[in-house]
Amino acid sequence: MDIHDFLIPPAESARRKGPHDRIVMSSRVRLARNLKEAAFPGWAKKPERIRLLEMIRPAIESLPEMKEAFSATMDNLSTLDKQILVERHLISREHAAKSAGSGLVLNREETLCFMINEEDHLRMQALRPGLQLRQAWTAIDQADSALERKLEYAFNPEVGYLTACPTNIGTGIRVSAMLHLPGLVLAEQINPIIQSVNKLGLAVRGLYGEGTEALGNVFQVSNQMTLGESEGAIVERLEKVLAQIIEHEENARGTLLEKKPKMVYNHIGRAYGILANAHSISSKETMNLLSLMRLGVDVNLFPGVDRALVDEMFILTQPAHLQKQHSEKLSAG
Amino acid sequence: MLCCICKEKEATVHLTQIAGDKMQKVDLCEECAKTKGVNDPTGFSLADLLLGLGASQEIEQAGGGAEIKCARCGFTQADFKKAGRLGCPECYKTFAEALEGLLKTMHKGTRHVGKVPESMRQSLDLSDRLKLLQKKLSKAVEEEDFEAAALLRDEIKQAAARLTNTAAT
Repeated sequence: MDIHDFLIPPAESARRKGPHDRIVMSSRVRLARNLKEAAFPGWAKKPERIRLLEMIRPAIESLPEMKEAFSATMDNLSTLDKQILVERHLISREHAAKSAGSGLVLNREETLCFMINEEDHLRMQALRPGLQLRQAWTAIDQADSALERKLEYAFNPEVGYLTACPTNIGTGIRVSAMLHLPGLVLAEQINPIIQSVNKLGLAVRGLYGEGTEALGNVFQVSNQMTLGESEGAIVERLEKVLAQIIEHEENARGTLLEKKPKMVYNHIGRAYGILANAHSISSKETMNLLSLMRLGVDVNLFPGVDRALVDEMFILTQPAHLQKQHSEKLSAG
Repeated sequence: MLCCICKEKEATVHLTQIAGDKMQKVDLCEECAKTKGVNDPTGFSLADLLLGLGASQEIEQAGGGAEIKCARCGFTQADFKKAGRLGCPECYKTFAEALEGLLKTMHKGTRHVGKVPESMRQSLDLSDRLKLLQKKLSKAVEEEDFEAAALLRDEIKQAAARLTNTAAT
């Protein structure tokens, strides 16, 4: 099956609602797992990676929640397809670079995604719209418990689940939320917020994770430490910090509108002007301007416009998505 | 103070790592800190950075100069230094000594707290139970309550047998 026939149209996925989705775009919980009797993917030879892939993939496919899933090996996906999956935040950039010996299983609803032989044998994640860390954790915990009956994990009672990188050992969990914080950026309060979040042992990253820019005022906040703290405690800690960031963002927006309404309206109006009239524009500029449009919708500058429309544009204007639409139009014409 | 990587520019980013009882300081300029990913404070990059500069020496010293090699997958310390990743689950035992300090600096604790696979949970519960029974037994013997001691001894025998069974499956 073609991945494009499988993926939910952006217009539909952008319409999914969740708590606090004005600010929290999505929640995600990822678990890293490895099999006991095998070298980690980065060290295993290709035949071994293929053997593991052939063992892990059917185990995932047989889970009840993965009925009608999309399942593929990475060598069967084109570069463009992989890039589209990255832009949808379904796989990592690292996984997109993989080929034979690595794979992917994605459920119908796009809420559960398994990367096989990324950095670890198994990277599984649950995704939810808005702020739903607990729900995401419960979903992935269930899938993990079901898989544990089919696959023998590398686990040590002292240090927990063993991972290729020592930074993920223990619970192997990464709990993260994607936040839209234009208020804090415009009010120039974002840096102190990032610093204080860092001090709490949480990481703040750009749109595509590790080492990426914060395009479109979108930031990812996640835990860094995985050993010595339980999954539930990590989820709870993140929830507390996120509640505070949400409050700061709301306050920043409120203060800006009260004290510097002209500055805010000017930014948003100019963004609208450029997006409506430009003949050529980079993806990066588009993202930054769309972020202001999203803020514009939030502060009722565009009555009747649904935020989902802006979120759909966020997806559709990314490079691989544009390329795909363009080539399709060309071939159709 | 000059940056300890490029040795050209003024160091503005200062990191301190404590591994075991040794303190290691790293001073970097803005640019090197950026290329090393220090400004994006992920555990990953920091680990790589520390591995490249400080921890690697610690690792070599821990091995007494001789190259430690994982008996199961053939992974060496040099590989670890280069990749910042391990070769296989067994490597955690092979390089346990060298990893100890690293885990301490990276994480909240050094012992796993949280989810345990069910198969493992049973044997962990059993070994906990076994320990408790043994404690009770010594107490009974101390108090010369031989009747209770005999019962406890039977219970211990059963629990131990079950533990070997779970471990075997």
